[in-house]
Amino acid sequence: MIEVNDLSKRYGDKIAVDHLSFTVEPNRVTGFLGPNGAGKSTTMRLILGLDRPHSGGATIDGKPYHRLHDPLRKVGALLEAKAVHTGRSARNHLLYLAQTQGLPTSRVGEVLDLVGLTEVARKRAGGFSLGMGQRLGIAAALLGDPQVLILDEPVNGLDPEGILWIRNLLKALAADGRTIFVSSHLMSEMALTAEHLIVIGRGRLIADSGVAEFVERSSKRSVLVRTPQSDELTAALSAEGGEVTADGDGVLIVEGLEAPRIGELASAVRVVLHELTPQRASLEEAFMELTSDSVEFHAEVK
Amino acid sequence: MTATLTPVEARSPLFGRLLLAEWTKIRSVRSTIWSFIMLILVTFGFTALFIGLTVGQWTKADPDQRARIISDPAGTILGSGFQFGQLTICVLGVLVISSEYSTGMIRSTLLAVPSRLPMLAAKCVVFAALVFVVAEAIAFPSFFMGAAILHSKVVVSISDPGVLRAVIGSGLYLSVLGLFALAIGGIVRHSAGGITGVIAFVLVIAPLTQLLPGNLGRYVHAYLPTSAGVLIGQSHPATDDVLTAWQGFGVFCLWTAALLAIAALLLKRRDA
Repeated sequence: MIEVNDLSKRYGDKIAVDHLSFTVEPNRVTGFLGPNGAGKSTTMRLILGLDRPHSGGATIDGKPYHRLHDPLRKVGALLEAKAVHTGRSARNHLLYLAQTQGLPTSRVGEVLDLVGLTEVARKRAGGFSLGMGQRLGIAAALLGDPQVLILDEPVNGLDPEGILWIRNLLKALAADGRTIFVSSHLMSEMALTAEHLIVIGRGRLIADSGVAEFVERSSKRSVLVRTPQSDELTAALSAEGGEVTADGDGVLIVEGLEAPRIGELASAVRVVLHELTPQRASLEEAFMELTSDSVEFHAEVK
Repeated sequence: MTATLTPVEARSPLFGRLLLAEWTKIRSVRSTIWSFIMLILVTFGFTALFIGLTVGQWTKADPDQRARIISDPAGTILGSGFQFGQLTICVLGVLVISSEYSTGMIRSTLLAVPSRLPMLAAKCVVFAALVFVVAEAIAFPSFFMGAAILHSKVVVSISDPGVLRAVIGSGLYLSVLGLFALAIGGIVRHSAGGITGVIAFVLVIAPLTQLLPGNLGRYVHAYLPTSAGVLIGQSHPATDDVLTAWQGFGVFCLWTAALLAIAALLLKRRDA
């Protein structure tokens, strides 16, 4: 279990993490979501003791990271940037890490097999592709057979097969009772992997909920109606408190009324309906909606 | 593929493990091998070149210079090779730590050793020991080679007073110089900056202080880290030396210890 308590971090006068508190439970994959620059990586670095917080703190199974003995046996971490000497082979990178934890050398071969890097294990890591680098980072995270995994954008640079592999690996590890905390800026990826979401924007907590509740809570539901008599229907729905937006070509987007009620009202005023479709925001839309105020870097779309 | 992970067990004392890990790190990068190859080539090359030139120009050299060589032939031989050979140790010393920062590998290292300081200590022990062994393995043959070339003008033997201490002392000097460079590398965390800084200090700044007026220059120069440190590589003190060989080496060690303390403090304090 990871507990983050009132965590804050400033770089100069820029606030990267702003009084953040949340808990990451075992037995499930928890997605850590936010737009670029929201403070996800910083939060992970603070949890892992690489950066010092200005206030608050984080514990892993009740202890701050720097107090853990043989930390790689308890926590495995993959950080966004490559954390490997480019001149050293994958095997030697894992070997020195294993030695710091008193792990047997045979363990290095095991994790290399697990991530599928055995054939290139003796090649210099500097020549690795982004995907191979990610696999090496994941091998390092799994080295100590840890109960807690903290992975920053693990699918970055992986091909579709690799993404599927990661997804299944994380689910299997979670099912095994481990605590899995995975960051991503891609909602769609999290929708497929995570059961629980922690969403942040500008360093602040925006949501801490299950994936389904997150969509439920954050998306406005609407109904798409197609009718040749849009004026009559608009009048009838507006009278009942619906918010109607004409979308051209006889299409109306209705908010504030459920589809069955719209059907009943149409029938009552004898309006013909060609289509009546409840619209659910996708996770991606829910995420955009929720974080639109807190995006750090906007691109003007014209 | 399933996430089968065999449980792992096996423990040994922490510091021993870190020594082993630092040994793995240092032997598994090319810069180590290349630096030592350069150290060997440069040291033997310049020893042969300078001592050969000294012998060839013996009658044309000015009497002061001849007198110095006669009074300290071992220091002349050792100094001629290591004066430039030492630069490879400056480079390697900085790289041993700065390359962890430039590649981002420091994060992997500090995740494995979050208390941080034992890692720095293990790195210092492994690097200093390695440099000492390699430097001694070079110092003895280069002394014997230089003594053989110099034989026709000045006879010097390993059993002469102070000579064995000077030969062993050269290895000690390089070993501490390695730590001196490592401390700078740890403070600036930048390879090019660290290397430039250390080499500029050793080759330019320290010698330049001799130009300060009067006794000031003499004393400032005497107490600077590398100019104090090299005294251990002389078999016989020069007439204007302020410190003895061991005093000089002690001063060098104190400087290095102070810089390592700063590097340790910064390592503990700074974000990685």
